[in-house]
Amino acid sequence: MPANRFNRFTDYGIGIGLRSPHYQHILTRKPVVDWFEIISENFMIDGGRPMHILDQILDQYRVVQHGVSMYFGSADRIDREHLRRLKDLVKRTKTPWLSDHLCWGSVDGRYTHDLLPMPYTFEAAAKTAQKIRDVRDYLEVPIAVENVSSYAEFHVSEMTEWEFLNEVVERADCGILLDVNNIYVSSQNHSFNPFDYINSVPAERVAQIHIAGHSKYEKYILDTHDHPVIDPVWKLYDRAIQRVGHTATLLEWDDSIPTFREVHNEALKANRFLAKSVLARAV
Amino acid sequence: MSLLSLQRTMAKAVMQPLTPSEHMSQRAPNGDPMSKHAATFIKPNDRLTSFERLEIYNRQYWWRLMASLAEDFPGLQAVLGNRRFEALCKAYLTECPSRSFTLRNLGRDLEPWLKKNPRWAGSKQDIALDMLRLEWADIEAFDSGAEEPLRPADLAGTAGSNLRLTLQPYVQLLKLRYPVDTLVLEIKKFNDDTEFLSNAFRERRKRKRVSAVAQLKPKMIFLAVHRADDSVYFRRLEAAEYGLLLAIRNGMTLGQAVSAVFAKRSAHCEADLARVKEWFRNWSELGWFCSAPRKSAKK
Repeated sequence: MPANRFNRFTDYGIGIGLRSPHYQHILTRKPVVDWFEIISENFMIDGGRPMHILDQILDQYRVVQHGVSMYFGSADRIDREHLRRLKDLVKRTKTPWLSDHLCWGSVDGRYTHDLLPMPYTFEAAAKTAQKIRDVRDYLEVPIAVENVSSYAEFHVSEMTEWEFLNEVVERADCGILLDVNNIYVSSQNHSFNPFDYINSVPAERVAQIHIAGHSKYEKYILDTHDHPVIDPVWKLYDRAIQRVGHTATLLEWDDSIPTFREVHNEALKANRFLAKSVLARAV
Repeated sequence: MSLLSLQRTMAKAVMQPLTPSEHMSQRAPNGDPMSKHAATFIKPNDRLTSFERLEIYNRQYWWRLMASLAEDFPGLQAVLGNRRFEALCKAYLTECPSRSFTLRNLGRDLEPWLKKNPRWAGSKQDIALDMLRLEWADIEAFDSGAEEPLRPADLAGTAGSNLRLTLQPYVQLLKLRYPVDTLVLEIKKFNDDTEFLSNAFRERRKRKRVSAVAQLKPKMIFLAVHRADDSVYFRRLEAAEYGLLLAIRNGMTLGQAVSAVFAKRSAHCEADLARVKEWFRNWSELGWFCSAPRKSAKK
């Protein structure tokens, strides 16, 4: 299952997000890293330093694209200019798969620049799935949708979040980017058992896994990507790996970014769970 | 409630300005109490009311967008001061919500908006507009496309009054009433120098800078904001040099451009010709001319 049609039958190992404070270290020291995840929107531009850096990274590393503004769940039509630029970038990076979030963030052409939660309805699932299919057909690359952290739930919802995820990916026939930190954050904010979520995910569709840190407040948890991964999230990751096998894993660290070495070492902690899974399957 | 209807309802609430104490407004966009409005579509839980859950998104929206504008327009912030800058940004975002998938374009309409709404800059309107033009040009110069440049050798055999040249998309030409380039350079240096200093020290330095801004006197300048080795540079231009580049950008042939700029100055013809040659040599060395006309991509 780790190498499947949703990650184009690759087995990438452990990656980290490509972030500007690390550019110099990466380009001068050339550290050994399995792969980098880039935020697509940072490179959907015409030229300049970001593209120059990207080309140097592409010369030496494997890169996977991750988007933050496709808004598969928005009732709006797809922004054609967005898609055109995204396709240019897909051609440049040759990303084996492309991920973005199962959320919405724009309406009537106005953008919130946030990952807003979906109402878990059959109408929303059908519309979202159709949009994922349209994007995949245009970009000609496998798509994986990521579950988001959320802080609100809607009265109109007709199912749980994991049922909604399953409904969407089955209808769209797409992959899943399983973010175990987001599952943990939402489970705390909405009082559900995160293992119920992990156990319900169709393992054969998981193309990639995200791990990250978050910030705890008195009454809720925010998905801030500015801390190391906490033990309960590693436990969820362990369970996810037991279910889906050795899967491309990426650590997200987007704020208060420490040195490259610290970020990479935190990501490499995933190895102990991945190794265990390989052993278990060998026995 | 349909998907579209729910998204419209929530987006309106999320984009509604925060109160001065940075909380969600007690009044919903439809005039109802916000607590009642939020409860119509958001579930409460055992720790948070519907209002409080919606407020998380409302605050994140404003904090994210305000931070983005502050990052892109530190010069405007220095010109106006923090409070006035924040008020201006709030008014701008309320009237002109983002219409692009990328935050890179968030300030795209700020200059035309401020022209129509001068009260937000008050007596600093002229210098604020100049600063906006420069900071937006900085953004464009940073990541606009670049074509294969024409080098001096490429131009040597083709010189002629009918030659039509194309300027690189990243070269931005500005005519400004205040020398705001010096201020932006100072801010960039300040940010580089104080990256690891305490907040208190940064604030003191910032206050000094703001008072320097207040003393900035009007002085017409002409500027090319351009890129070399992936870094953005400001190059001061002579008025005629600016006029010539602008004419070339507007599609005039070399002959037309030179005639337009030097039409009334025949007495200085030879000296002017020498200057024009020198400018062309510099522009060519900087790679500002490219071979093929190209429509700049929409942002």
